[in-house]
Parts: sequence; structure tokens; C-alpha cells
Amino acid sequence: MPQLLKDKRVIDDAWTLLDTDSQSLPDGDILLTYSQWQTFSEQLESHSGQIGVVIEGNTEIEDIIEPLLKLPLIAINFPKFADGRGFSLATLLRERYNFNGEIRAVGGFIRDQLYLLSRCGFNAFKFSEDTDLSEVAKSLEDFSETYQVSADQEKPLFRRR
Amino acid sequence: MYRYDNYDHKIVNERVEQFRDQTQRYLAGEIADEEFLPLRLQNGLYVQRLAPMLRIAVPYGMLSSAQVRKLAHISRVYDKGYVHFTTRQNIQLNWPALEEVPDILAELAEVEMHAIQTSGNCIRNTTTDQFAGVAKDEIEDPRPWCELIRQWSTLHPEFAFLPRKFKIAVCGSNEDRAAFLLHDIGLQLVKNDNGELGFEVFVGGGLGRTPIIGSSIRKFLPKQHLLSYLDAILRVYNRFGNRDNKYKARIKILVKAWTPEVFAQRVEKEWENIKDGPSTLTDSEFARVKSFFPLPEYKVIDGAGSAKKLAATADSNTAFSRWLDRNTELQKQSGYRSVTLSLKPAGVAPGDVTDKQLETIADLADRYSFGELRATHNQNVVLTDVNESDLFELWQQAKDSGLATPNIGTINDMICCPGGDYCSLANAKSIPVAEAIQRKFSDLDYVYDLGDLELNISGCMNACGHHHIGHIGILGVDKKGKEWYQIQLGGSANKNASLGKVLGPSLSRDQITDGIEKLLDVYVENRIADESFLNTYQRIGIEKFKERVYAPAT
Ligand code: HEM
Ligand code: SF4
Repeated sequence: MPQLLKDKRVIDDAWTLLDTDSQSLPDGDILLTYSQWQTFSEQLESHSGQIGVVIEGNTEIEDIIEPLLKLPLIAINFPKFADGRGFSLATLLRERYNFNGEIRAVGGFIRDQLYLLSRCGFNAFKFSEDTDLSEVAKSLEDFSETYQVSADQEKPLFRRR
Repeated sequence: MYRYDNYDHKIVNERVEQFRDQTQRYLAGEIADEEFLPLRLQNGLYVQRLAPMLRIAVPYGMLSSAQVRKLAHISRVYDKGYVHFTTRQNIQLNWPALEEVPDILAELAEVEMHAIQTSGNCIRNTTTDQFAGVAKDEIEDPRPWCELIRQWSTLHPEFAFLPRKFKIAVCGSNEDRAAFLLHDIGLQLVKNDNGELGFEVFVGGGLGRTPIIGSSIRKFLPKQHLLSYLDAILRVYNRFGNRDNKYKARIKILVKAWTPEVFAQRVEKEWENIKDGPSTLTDSEFARVKSFFPLPEYKVIDGAGSAKKLAATADSNTAFSRWLDRNTELQKQSGYRSVTLSLKPAGVAPGDVTDKQLETIADLADRYSFGELRATHNQNVVLTDVNESDLFELWQQAKDSGLATPNIGTINDMICCPGGDYCSLANAKSIPVAEAIQRKFSDLDYVYDLGDLELNISGCMNACGHHHIGHIGILGVDKKGKEWYQIQLGGSANKNASLGKVLGPSLSRDQITDGIEKLLDVYVENRIADESFLNTYQRIGIEKFKERVYAPAT
């Protein structure tokens, strides 16, 4: 079973990422792109497993957010690690839309971003299969103090010091 | 100045350990080059033509004598015994070894310094006026605000991977000495009709390939909302700034594409959602941060008497009198002056200082300016709060260390980028041009008579030498593999910021100093009374200058 770093633990990842050219839905928990999610909307109504959607950094999330908030999982794709748009999207999901489900980082993000990603509200990280997840998990603990407000810290340091 | 508490220490120390681990993993081959690149950049480490370069943050230019001694020590132990003051009030080491950078950072942390976010596509060091707190035309001391911005921007989780680098400057006075209109965000401290303090917010200024002067997007932002408003601007930029083409990625391009009005609306809309949230600044936080910038314990000085004595000393010593005139500035506190130590003697790359000079600077700061000093964006060093009766002594000591060249604000106080000698992007060398100009105009009476004149040199259109905003700007261009120089006139970075206009076809290396001399001749012939070069240019226009420089030889 593929592995996932979630809530600081290494767990089995039961979710299947739907192929781009897939014509039908597999059984079980599936993760699909926003456009696939629209294409398959009818079939999804009767799907027995869980459903999650992957969104891209340039998504105008304001326009599509309502139905997504009911999902158990929203994944945000990083086309490359230097593309920081996902940090803002996760922040908006947690702070503005109070999304409580899983926010999963997928794509080109790197280990050294884990601490900042988690502060923005990501709680699950999908690395390539050859990654030693318990080793990379150390980077979640890079800092123990922080100045700003963020998804995981509702008071800035100046209200705590 | 601001002092770290346990929280600040902890964050900076953890950063050092994080980078030590990253460097070890990189050296062990566990991190790929392209992944290590932004990690080292966010810790100030560049790799340039000859060696790595480490840029150390000097928050809004403030330094203590202890920090300067530490820098001298670091430059001796880990480098070649000199450092470079940059145009963004930072300090660079030119020859550190990658393996030793974590140790350098650990030494810096001991004196409450770091290199966090001094390069890379993130929020950089916030800059301000070198005369903050003492300037006669000050509305409010900008430093507490800069410190609040420093803390907010340090390791901000959402904005570490922006489309491009991001620079903020704060101006607290009527005259602008921070070039704040040429920053991604420029903040002008203002008071509204009720006497309340706030900011006028400008966005989208910048130099580089597409120089643009910032646009005002909010006339008055009450001070307590500073951080949430910055969050809103950065969030809009982070989400919608161009990420496909690095030459179109600065916020200025987004602001221009959307228009400042539309950009302002997007920011306001974002801000509505976070305004009045927990990031709203509190009175106790204002008070806490402000308390780090107290006025020093001034002696009660008979201002008139002190001025008279000083005038008498100056009368009997021309060299001192020149220095007094060019390199010192009156303060709002009478009997005290700010002294600019010139880092631009002829023959030295502008902004370079040796370890010995750093130690002298630290000693002078301890002796005469309450142990503190400031880096300026013109690449000099300022000692504030010097008792006028100490000036003569200070001058003698500074002179002995080569720090008292009386050229501040003159043609020889130029801003100059590293250029072709060090930089792989250069079209042309810039340091030898600076030196040739300084040697050509070495007659102090002449330089003195020319008065205020900013001459800026960049070796290519990336504009690290700010050529667009020099009264005279020189830009290195490449013509068929040969070094040529374009001249621009009329740039300025004050409140009425303007960008220079191209004079005409570029000049070769051996024509450049003669060309400059002709420009100066036109100025001297046409000026009225003590009109400056810039004002004369603005009055008579570019034509006369052009005719003279390109007149066929007779
Ligand atoms: C030799 C190594 C250097 C290289 C390769 C380099 C490269 C660049 C590049 C590519 C840009 C344009 C960035 C953009 O427009 O987004 C730039 C801008 C800039 N550089 Fe450098 N630079 C170097 C050294 C320096 C030094 C030593 C200084 C300070 C004295 C400096 C000051 C600046 C400033 C102030 C800007 C900003 C202009 C703006 O606001 O757009 N650079 N540099
Ligand atoms: S202006 Fe050009 S030549 Fe000069 S330092 Fe910047 S990139 Fe290099």
C-alpha cells in the first residue's frame, strides 16, 4: 500500500488518483481534478467510496468553493516547488472558509517546505514512493516559535509575548 | 535599537540549525542543486562569477558597535578581510566557503544578526532613511514600523515563494531618503486631519529592466492595520503575479497590467476579510517596539555657542571645513550632528571597507554616537548624535582611517554595481569607470563647486547601480562584444521621483569621462546662482547637453 505523511504520522494511503484519460471511476476513495470532478458529477453521486478534488495554484477559489467544502479532502498541486500559490490557497481554505477536512500537498513541493506548508494548513503530504517519510517528517519541526498569525496559530507573537 | 528577546533568539537560532542541516544534506548529495538554490538564497547565499557571496541583513540599516566588530571578525576569519555595504543597507561577504556559512550564521546570531531573506523570491530587508529619529523634517520615526515589518515578514509562512523578490521601504519624513517610490511597497508615514498616524501606501515601484515609479493605492491606512493590509497586498500578488516569465514577475508588472485602481480594489476586497483580525496591532505592541528607539541622553548644549565655536574651528582649517559642509548634517536636536563616513575614496570599489576600518567605525560609534551607526542606501555609514564639540576630533580619527573623504552628495559619492569585474550578467565593467571619474574629478574645489550631484553606474539593465535615478546615470551596454556606456540624465529618487532620459548614442570606455566633463561644463555655464545640476537640467532640458557631447571634434 502506498504511504502518506499525515498529521505527522506515516500512514497507508488508500486514495487512488484518477488518470487524466480515465473514462470510468475505480472503486474506493478517489482523488480527481476539478474538471474530472465536473465531468463525472453524475457517476459520483452513486459512488460508494470517498471523493477528493485536486486544485491548481491559479484557481480562483472564490468562484467554486461552496461544493468543495463538503468534501473530506482537497489536494493542492504544486507544479514546481518554487510556485508558492498553494500556500495562499491553503490559508484561504482554513482561515476564510473554515475547511476542516484534509488538505493534501501533491506535486513538486519539497521536504524543506514542510514546516511552512503545515503552518498554512496542509496536514497531509504525498511524496514520491521512494521517500523515507519518517526521515522527511523531521522537517515539520524546523521551528518551535513564530511571529505571524497562520492556520495553526491564531495569535501573532505580539499578542503572546 | 531593537534588542532580541528569547523568542527572537530562538527563531534565529533554529534558522541557523535548519540551514546547517540543509547544507549537510546538500553536501552529502541528498538535496539536488535546483532544490538547494532557493534554500541558500533565502539565507543570503548567492553563487556568482568568482565565488559565493553571503548577504547579511542589516534591518533598516541599524547596527551596533558590537555587531560591527563581529563583522570585522567574520571578514577576517572566513573571508578576505573586507566587506561590502550594499544599496539596500545590507552587508555582503564576497568570498565565504559554503561549508562555513552555517558557522558564519551562528556567529551572526550571537550578535542578533542573520541573513534571512536577503535574497530569493521572498520579502527582503525593509529599508528606510539613514537619518531616522534625528532628521529635522521627520514626521515620525520610521524604525519601530520597520521592526514590526521585519518581524511580520520573517519566515512568513505564506509568502516564502513569491513570483519574484519583494522589497518594502518606509519613509518617515518630508524629504525622501529611502527611494521608497522605487520599491514594491513604499510606505509614507502621514498624519490625517485628526492628527492620527497612518500610512499612504504605494505599490509597484522598482528599477531593473522596467523602471516604474510606485502608485498610491491608499491615501490613509490607520497604523493599527499595517500588517493585515500588507498581508492583503502580498496575498493578491502571490496568487496573481506572473510566474511564467521572470522579467514580468515583479508586482509592478501586475499593477501596471491591472491598473493601480483595479489592483487597489482587489487588495481592498481581500483586506475586508482580514481587517480587524488578530494581526491588528495593539497599543501595547506599539509601546513595546517604540521603547527600543529612545532618544539618547543628550547633554544640554548652548546651541548658538556651540555653532560659533565650530565655525571658528572651520575657519582656521579648510579641509575640516569642507568635510563639515559635505559630510555632516544638522539634527532636530541642536548642538548635535549626524556624520557620514564616506566609503568612496578614489580607487576603492564604492561601499567596500576593510576589517580594520570596521573596527575604527565601531570605536568611533562607541566614542561619539552612543554605540550605534547606520548603513545608508548610498553605501556609506552614518554616525548620528555626535556632539558638535567632538566633530573635530572625530574628523581627525576618521581621516586617519580613510573614512573622511569630503565627497558626500557630490559626483564622487557615486552608486556603482560590481559590474563586469565580478558579475556574470554584466555587459560592461563599472568599477573602473567609477574610478576613472573619481580620478578625473579629483580637484576638490571643482567638485565642491558642482555641489549636489548623484551619479549612478550599472553594468547592465538589471540596474543594481540605480542608474535610472541618478541625476547622471551610466549604463553598460554590449555592442558586438565591446563595452559601451549609455548616458541618462535627469533621474531622481526624491518625492518627485523621475526616471532618467537617454542622452543619445552610447559612448566607448575612453570617451566616457570626457563626455561627463562636457555635461558638467554645460551645467556650469547655464546654472543660475546656486542652482543644482538636476534643477538646471529640469529648466533647460536635454538638448544643450546633447549638442555638446555629440558635437563633432573641431
Ligand atoms: C554580482 C552579483 C550580482 C548579480 C548577479 C545581480 C543581479 C541582479 C538582477 C538580475 C537584478 C534584477 C532583478 C529584478 O529586476 O527582479 C538585480 C537587481 C538589484 N540589484 Fe543586483 N546583482 C548583483 C550584485 C548586486 C550588488 C552588490 C548590489 C548592491 C550594491 C545589488 C543591488 C541590486 C538592487 C538594489 C536591485 C534592485 C533593483 C530593483 O528594485 O528592481 N546587486 N540584481
Ligand atoms: S547591474 Fe548588471 S552588471 Fe551590475 S551587478 Fe547588477 S546584474 Fe551585475
